[in-house]
Amino acid sequence: MSAVLPISESASTDEIARATPPRPRAPRLASWGDVLFENLTRLFAVLVFGLLAAILISLLIGSQLTLAKYGPSFLWNAQWDPVQENFGALVPIYGTLVTSLIAMLIGVPVSFGIALFLTELSPTWLKRPLGTAIELLAAIPSIIYGMWGLFVFAPIFQTHLQPALIESFGSIPGLARLFAGPPLGIGMLTAGLILSIMVIPFITAVMRDVFEIVPPLLKESAYGLGATTWEVMWRVVLPYTKVGVIGGIMLGLGRALGETMAVTFVIGNAHQLAASLMAPGNSIASALANEFTEAVGDLYFSSLIELGLILFLITTIVLAFSKLLLMRLARHEGTRT
Amino acid sequence: MNAPQLNPLYRARKRQNVVLLFISCLALAFGLFWLIWILGTLFYEGGAALLRAQFYYRMTPPPGEDGGLANAIAGSLLLLTAATLIGTPAGILAGTYLAEYGKKSWLASATRFLNDVLLSAPSIVIGLFVYSVYVAHVRHFSGWAGAIALALIVVPVVVRTTDDMLKLVPNSLREAAVALGCPTWKMIVLVSYRAARTGILTGVLLALARISGETAPLLFTALNNQFWSLDLNRPMSNLPTVIFQFAMSPYADWHRLAWGGAALITLAVLGLNIVARVLFAKKD
Repeated sequence: MSAVLPISESASTDEIARATPPRPRAPRLASWGDVLFENLTRLFAVLVFGLLAAILISLLIGSQLTLAKYGPSFLWNAQWDPVQENFGALVPIYGTLVTSLIAMLIGVPVSFGIALFLTELSPTWLKRPLGTAIELLAAIPSIIYGMWGLFVFAPIFQTHLQPALIESFGSIPGLARLFAGPPLGIGMLTAGLILSIMVIPFITAVMRDVFEIVPPLLKESAYGLGATTWEVMWRVVLPYTKVGVIGGIMLGLGRALGETMAVTFVIGNAHQLAASLMAPGNSIASALANEFTEAVGDLYFSSLIELGLILFLITTIVLAFSKLLLMRLARHEGTRT
Repeated sequence: MNAPQLNPLYRARKRQNVVLLFISCLALAFGLFWLIWILGTLFYEGGAALLRAQFYYRMTPPPGEDGGLANAIAGSLLLLTAATLIGTPAGILAGTYLAEYGKKSWLASATRFLNDVLLSAPSIVIGLFVYSVYVAHVRHFSGWAGAIALALIVVPVVVRTTDDMLKLVPNSLREAAVALGCPTWKMIVLVSYRAARTGILTGVLLALARISGETAPLLFTALNNQFWSLDLNRPMSNLPTVIFQFAMSPYADWHRLAWGGAALITLAVLGLNIVARVLFAKKD
């Protein structure tokens, strides 16, 4: 009601006159404002609609030179040599994928644990503050993660954790190659670890939301049959919500792939292809952040823009996939009981 | 009562349950641990810098000299204001179309989908986009370019919240207004917007919080400026890029200022988040 009242206060005499029977205003005149407003809003909707396409086109135009010169071989060329003008995207693509994979390997189970705690274990009064605290992890700007990672986390990681990792995995065949080399503190493993902290709030939020839409009837039936909390979670809730959970994981992956500043600080920015996770590497986003404003020469420039194009395509596909899954879940929400 | 305790299968399941639920508690502790550690370090390292008055009125210094971040703070405020002023109306109008006119039409559904992709798109790509369509043509970095890049990040957030919040407005309110002879546009502006006002404002605050710490899109657009400048047509100093530059440098003085700037940004972002939450909670 309260929202309606102000209208009558602000109604002008003009409007009142319009409503009086003797001289009704022609509907054509009244709709003039409507046509204008509707088309104005539509214009902006169309602008949003076209923005992704515009980004794609601008990146395609910007990377024309490299696209023409290297073709698809740009993707698997491991060279990145601004002096000789020979560019390939393999190293940054590899770095982006490896760091995101590490982030997912750690982030997904942790997010699942947190979502499980928040939906099933937490006392009601604690749910909100704890949920908010986890969400605050997403509010911290990425540059803060980067700075903290470089100045605080990397030195501790270097002196305490990395030697232990090298010692324990260094002798296992197969894993030894992943954990070889000197403990530098910075590198792909550090970047992946920090990314995992950054994606936790996003994945947790989606998981918590989808776990909460599971009909209580289903869970109660399982509990009634004597299932433990874990069994209800693993065998009832998770299968019921798997589409949404995968959607949430994809959302987190999309975030991890495109993360720039946090990675730039700690990945080491070395254009080298190393099997060891301890070694410094480079990701697409950090290569752009570091080199774009200093790039000299058209080919260098165009190569960097093509890197941006590759990043854009990968993240858009991952995010679109995530969105499709979450939409599928939302559609089923009303029909399944 | 005796049977379940003797049943080994039952005991194993119970043990598994306890162990895994304990791990779930550990996962939560893991998440909170980083939050506390990061915030703790930030205010421990940056707190001292924040408390010095010259932090707010002196310019960014050359290495080895004392100074403050006045030009960066002013630049950031200007960029954020410009970006919000550009992005908010655009986002609200597009969101209005989705919720009030387009509803379930193909254009609205497709726009909603693309908007959600944009919402999580890497911000560095937005910077590249603004660079290629604006900076490359005017041939110089500028505050405007930075503001446009940030506005492009604001838009999807505002579109999404406006759309969601307008959908929550009960149709009976709209029908009441239309029954009184109110044209549709007036109904939207005077009824729908008023009913959804807190929700939309929350969205704008969250968008502002998001762009306050954005660094990547500013690197190629606003760049940086060592001096005091409020001219949006020239490269503009801003907190995130100054923090990036200072933190990557080898100078201890610069590191101290970078920590101060980082603490300032985080305080602002957390503050905005809390205000947005309080506003939104009040509405419920």
